[in-house]
Amino acid sequence: MTATATEPGRIRAKVRPADRTFFISAIAAGGLILVALAAVAVFLIAESAPAFVGDVSAMNGDPANFWVYVAPLAFGTVWSAFLALLFALPLSIGIALFISHYAPRRVAQGLGYVIDLLAAVPSVVFGLWGIKVLAPAIVPIYDWLNQYLGWLPFFAGQVDRTGRTILTVAIVLAVMIIPIITSLCREIFLQTPKLHEEAALALGATRWEMIRMAVLPFGRPGIISAAMLGLGRALGETMVVAMLLSPALVISFVLTSGQNPSTIAGNIALNFPEAHGIAVNALIATGLVLFVITLVVNSVARWVIARRAAFSGAN
Amino acid sequence: MKLTKLGTIGAIVAVGALALTGCAANEGAKPAPSAAPTEAPASTLAGTIAGAGASSQGAAQESWIAAFQTENPDVTISYDPSGSGAGREAFIGGGVSYAGTDSALSDDEIAGGFEGCVADSFIQVPAFIDPIAVVFNLPGVAQLNLDAPTIAKIFKGEITDWSDAAIAAQNSGWSTSGPITAVHRSDDSGTTKNFADYLSKVAPDVWTEKPADPFPYSTGTGAQGTSGVIEAVKSAQGAIGYAAASRAGDLGIARIKVGDQYVAFSDEAAAAVVAGSPAADNASATNLAIKLNRKTTNPAEYPLVLVSYLIACGEYKDAAVAPLVKAYIGYVTSAAGQAAAAETGSAPLSADQIAAVQAVVATIVE
Repeated sequence: MTATATEPGRIRAKVRPADRTFFISAIAAGGLILVALAAVAVFLIAESAPAFVGDVSAMNGDPANFWVYVAPLAFGTVWSAFLALLFALPLSIGIALFISHYAPRRVAQGLGYVIDLLAAVPSVVFGLWGIKVLAPAIVPIYDWLNQYLGWLPFFAGQVDRTGRTILTVAIVLAVMIIPIITSLCREIFLQTPKLHEEAALALGATRWEMIRMAVLPFGRPGIISAAMLGLGRALGETMVVAMLLSPALVISFVLTSGQNPSTIAGNIALNFPEAHGIAVNALIATGLVLFVITLVVNSVARWVIARRAAFSGAN
Repeated sequence: MKLTKLGTIGAIVAVGALALTGCAANEGAKPAPSAAPTEAPASTLAGTIAGAGASSQGAAQESWIAAFQTENPDVTISYDPSGSGAGREAFIGGGVSYAGTDSALSDDEIAGGFEGCVADSFIQVPAFIDPIAVVFNLPGVAQLNLDAPTIAKIFKGEITDWSDAAIAAQNSGWSTSGPITAVHRSDDSGTTKNFADYLSKVAPDVWTEKPADPFPYSTGTGAQGTSGVIEAVKSAQGAIGYAAASRAGDLGIARIKVGDQYVAFSDEAAAAVVAGSPAADNASATNLAIKLNRKTTNPAEYPLVLVSYLIACGEYKDAAVAPLVKAYIGYVTSAAGQAAAAETGSAPLSADQIAAVQAVVATIVE
């Protein structure tokens, strides 16, 4: 019995080289992303400082100060991303539910694969598709909206004959973010505890009722994070906006006109090649604003998810 | 959750791959290596020079560089189409040996001096002429006459229908109607600046904004780049736009009013207006900047043009680059170089201009 009377302190695990290596590499990986983020933030702040204090009247539209210049761009960025999310989210949830709960296994697998494939299409290809196919084809629909729903502020005024409006851009953006939201939602819906689903069915729920009572509440935080990931992509999308949008320096809710608020990323892509002097600083400063917008959006999403943590699958 | 994690990792990998492949666009088209030196060119030039500037010169520079390097296999020339302003800044700071620009050096820039040149000596010569066409998409309309005030009003959004009296008055038997879609460049561009310069000189009452790279009014439809404008005009009936004339394709090109006649675009008429324009106020023996005579009344001239310049040192601090720049710009502004540029869509300089430019290039101190 005396032999077992060891010291009462913690038992220290033996440190093995593999553990040590993995620990260090994990720390390094985690640290590296913070360093990269900090480097980007420092670059943005340092380079944009002159634009905040300097005279930016050389920019398009003779803005009185930087904030006047960036306001329509920030609005356009949020507005187009919001519209894209508005189209993409219900559709994505529908597709994900179909794959996870309705489609036969074979079909589900094939469809899931096709959706993932859509995510691999480069944005410049979506841009070309928008210019060549969608924009010309959608003009008659805009005419119809303008004619019958023109009393709504969204469809008022003159319809752009080339179809290069913010609504067209939002539709293309929606197509681009659907695969992201769909594949995340699908994975989340598949995680629903089988017991919850079967309990709902056993109580006499139809399949739709089961989804409403068991699957959707369980997946809500996941749906929100999926939506935020898609929103992040839509906020930062550059190529499609630069190629497809007919921009103007306006804040306007009209969806079918040729004078659309541009987005920050699209505006940088269009004007950076010929920019020099303080224009470069001003464009980088708009990048900083975009950086802040995405940070805010992500933080809000985090907060929403944390608030609903009690309902997550963790318990 | 395992799958989600895998998905996240996959997404990171995919983003990384996209970011890396994105860089490839900068690596530019390297001209094909010259044929095996069986003919043994007589060139003794060797070395590397770098230029930067107007993106409108990009295509022409590529063909010049390819031809020049074929003749001189030991010479490497690069041209970064980073924009006129960026090119002038890089040259002023001594970052590049020569620059291409759509707008001539300003008095301030000249007064500020040039880092890479001995005693701030410089030369500025026209590289080529790029005529701008007012293109339109009106099926059944072969000829369209417009004066500058009408063009200005269309692009400013004050004339919105083809049936407008101002248009009908200039075109006999005009019966076209329908909404006008005025397409302008959505990116900053020297084409917009020259287009606006023409309108603000000839129709100052209508076009009140100062000419600049961005399109000044919040009206009409914007499209990216020359090809974007052409594509947009093609896609919408009743559209009108402005773009490099060489890219107009099968779109109609409006005749613009010069004096009391309507002049169709032609390379000869574009070269003629440059030949007939006086030297700029700050021009000198080595600075051939031109003050384009936009208000010309000579119907043999087409005043809606863009003149692109080349800037180099009169004497280089780094003596090694002087012979290379001299030989290269000498080639660019020769008849052969102008013919090569014409294949990419610009109008060549006239023989008199070539002679004048060559005389200036010859003053570069080797």
